[in-house]
Amino acid sequence: MQLEQFQYDNKIPRLFAIATLFWGAVGMLLGVIIAFQLVFPALNFDLSFLTYGRMRPVHTNAVIFAFVGNGIFTAIYYALPRLLKTSMWSSKLSKIHFWGWQSIIVLAAVTLLSGFTTGKEYAELEWPIDILITLIWVVFGINMFGTILTRRERHLYVAIWFFIASWVTVAMLHIVNSFEMPVTWYKSYSWYAGVQDALVQWWYGHNAVAFFLTTPYLGLMYYFLPKAADRPVYSYRLSIVHFWSLIFLYIWAGPHHLLYTALPDWAQSLGTVFSIMLILPSWGGMLNGLFTLRGAWDKVREDPVLKFFVVAVTAYGMSTFEGPMLSLKNVNAISHYSDWTVAHVHIGALGWNGFLTFGMLYWLIPKLYNVNLYSKKLASTHFWIGTLGIILYAIPMYWSAFRSYFMMKTFTPEGQLQYQFMDVVQTVMPFYFLRALGGTIFLIGVFVMVYNLIKTAKQGKFVESETAQAAALEKKYTAPKSYFWHSVIERKPILLLVLSLVVVGIGGLVELVPTFLVKSNVPTISSVKPYTPLELQGRDIYIREGCYNCHSQMIRPFRYEVTRYGEYSKSGEFVYDHPFQWGSKRTGPDLARVGGKYPDSWHFNHMLDPTSISPGSNMPRYPWLFENDLNISTTPSKIHAMRKMGVPYAAKLETTGNEILKVQADQIAANLKKDKIEISSDKEIIALIAYLQRLGKDVRTSGISNK
Amino acid sequence: MSVLILLIIVSICIAGGFLIAFLWGSGDGQFDDVYSPARRILFDDEYESNQNPNE
Repeated sequence: MQLEQFQYDNKIPRLFAIATLFWGAVGMLLGVIIAFQLVFPALNFDLSFLTYGRMRPVHTNAVIFAFVGNGIFTAIYYALPRLLKTSMWSSKLSKIHFWGWQSIIVLAAVTLLSGFTTGKEYAELEWPIDILITLIWVVFGINMFGTILTRRERHLYVAIWFFIASWVTVAMLHIVNSFEMPVTWYKSYSWYAGVQDALVQWWYGHNAVAFFLTTPYLGLMYYFLPKAADRPVYSYRLSIVHFWSLIFLYIWAGPHHLLYTALPDWAQSLGTVFSIMLILPSWGGMLNGLFTLRGAWDKVREDPVLKFFVVAVTAYGMSTFEGPMLSLKNVNAISHYSDWTVAHVHIGALGWNGFLTFGMLYWLIPKLYNVNLYSKKLASTHFWIGTLGIILYAIPMYWSAFRSYFMMKTFTPEGQLQYQFMDVVQTVMPFYFLRALGGTIFLIGVFVMVYNLIKTAKQGKFVESETAQAAALEKKYTAPKSYFWHSVIERKPILLLVLSLVVVGIGGLVELVPTFLVKSNVPTISSVKPYTPLELQGRDIYIREGCYNCHSQMIRPFRYEVTRYGEYSKSGEFVYDHPFQWGSKRTGPDLARVGGKYPDSWHFNHMLDPTSISPGSNMPRYPWLFENDLNISTTPSKIHAMRKMGVPYAAKLETTGNEILKVQADQIAANLKKDKIEISSDKEIIALIAYLQRLGKDVRTSGISNK
Repeated sequence: MSVLILLIIVSICIAGGFLIAFLWGSGDGQFDDVYSPARRILFDDEYESNQNPNE
C-alpha cells in the first residue's frame, strides 16, 4: 500500500464562500426593496431600471443563482476532495468556474435592469448569457467528474450522488428551456409557443427548485450536518433510498404549476400524482437529517451551527409537505396567483436554503482560518433574528392569501361580485408592509453574520491548503474511460440493453424535435390571428418591462374569475405567443381579456400615472414610455424570426411591416386626440396600447363561449 | 401538445441515465456497505493537522 500525498485546496472554497455572502446580502437587499415597492410605489422612482417589473427578476435570479449557486459551489469544492481523498481535478478549471460564474451574475444584473429579458420566470437571461451559462456549467462538470474519476476512495458518499444528479439535470433543464430564436444580440423569442412554452417553462421552473435549490443542498446537508454534529447520518440506507426515489419523482411534477390553466387535464393530473408521491422521499430526507441529531440535542443547545441546521431541515420538511398539498387541485384553486405561493417559496428560500447556507458558513469559515468563531453569541442572535424574520415574512403572506381569495370569490345576493380588485389591493397592503419588515429583519441578521465572519477571519490565519495522504485506488484507471465503460458493458447484458435504449432514444429525439416543434398541434381557433407588427413591438415592451411579474394572462374556469375578467382561457388562444405570458402571481388584475375593455386614453393615462385612474393602486408609473421612440428597425427581423417558428405571417410582411405598423400607430394617436391627448405616434406607449387593446379580442369577436 | 413528446423523451432519458448510474453503483459495490461510509466522513485525515488550539 503506497501512500500518496496530495493537497486539499482551500482558496476556491473561500472565494465561493465570500461570493455567497456578498450575493446573499445583495439579493436579499433587492428583495427588501421590491417588497417595499409594492407598498410604496414611489420607491420605483419613475426610473425604468429601478421599476418592480425589472427588479423582481434580478432579486429572484440573484437569490437562486448567485446566493444559492455560490453556496452549492462552496460546498462542492470543499467537500468533494475530502470525500474522495484527492485534489480537485484542475485548479485552472476551478478558477475559470469561479470567475465565469461571477461574471454571469454581473451580466445578468446589468442586462435584466436594462430590460433585456426572455420573459420566462427564472430563465429570464437572454441567449448569449444562456450560452455562457452552459459553457461554465460544462467546465464545472468536467472538473467535478474529473475529480470523481481520479478518486482514491472507491465509495461515493451519498452527498456526491446528489451533486452528480444536480449537475446532470440542471444541464438538461437549462438547455431544453433555453431553446430560443435570436432576433438581435440582446433579444430572442422562446422556441415554444403558448401552452407548450408554459409546460416547458414550468417543467424547468419546478425542477430548478428541485435540482438547484433542493438536491445540491441535500448533498450539503448530508455532509455538513454530520460533520457539525460529529455524528454519522442516522441511516445511510435511508439516504440511498431517499436519493433515488427523490430524483425519480421530482422530474415529473412540473405541471402542478399550471393547475386549472389551459394545459390538458391529463398532464395536470400527472403532475399532481407525482407531487403527492414526493412527500415520502422528501420527509425521508428530513427525518434522516433530524434523527442524525439523536443524542446530540444537548449540542444543539450550545452550537449555533446546529441550530441553523435544525431549523433549515424543519423548513425543508414544511415546504415539502406544503408543496404536495398545494398540488391538490382544490387547494391550488386558492393558492395559485396568490401570496400563498410567495409564502411557500420563501419558507424554502429563507428557511431551507438560507439557514443551511448560514450554518455551513459558520462552520466552514472558522475551519478555513483555523480559529474559533469570533462570537457564538452573535451567531445565536443571528439565528433568532433570522427565525423571527421568516415568521414575520410568512404569516402575513398566508393571511393575505386567504383574505384576498375570499374577497375575490364573494358574490352579493344579487349575483354581483362583492369586491373590486382595488378593494383587495387595499386590504393586503398592511400585510405587504409586515412582509417587507420581516424581510428587513432577516437581512439585518445576514449583516450580523457578515460582521461575525469577517471578525473571525481577521482573528485567524487562512489555511491555503491542507496536506493529506491516502493510498491510490487498487484498480488503476489508466485505461481510457471508454475502455472502462466498455468492459463493464461486456459483463452486463442488462446495462447493454438499457444503454442501447437510451442511444435509440437520443436518436429519436434528434428526429422528433424538429418534426414536432415546427408544426404545433394545439387545437387551433380559426379566429386567432398573429399579432400585427405594432402589437408585436408592443408585446416586446410588455415583456421588457416585466409586466408578467404582477399581471397574469390566464383566466381559470371559476365563476368568480369569469365574471371578473371574462371568458376562461383556451389552449388555442396562445399558439402565436412566443414566449407565453401567463404569469404566476396577480398583484394586479388579469389582462387576458383587457383588450377593448377601456378606451385608448384610459391606458394612456393609466401608464402615465396609475393612481390618476385607479386611486390606491400600487402600480409604478412608466413615464419613459412616453419619451422613448419606438425602435422600428427591428420589425423585419422580429417578423422573420416569428415566421421561422411557424407563425403564418403574410408574404413580404418583412418589407411592408413598418408601413402597416405606422398606419395602426397613427390610428391610436388619432383616437387619443379625440380625448384631447396630444402625442406623436412613434412613441413606445402607442405600441403598448396596441398590444393591450388586442388581448383577448380574437376570441371575443368570434363568439366562442364554450369549447 | 407535441412538446410533451419532447419533455417525456428527455425525462425518460434522464431517468434512464439515473437508472444506469444506479446499476453501475450497485454493480460497483457502492451500496454493499451502509455502515462505515456514514462514519468515515467524520474522520479528518489532514496529514498536517490543523486542530483548533482550544479543542
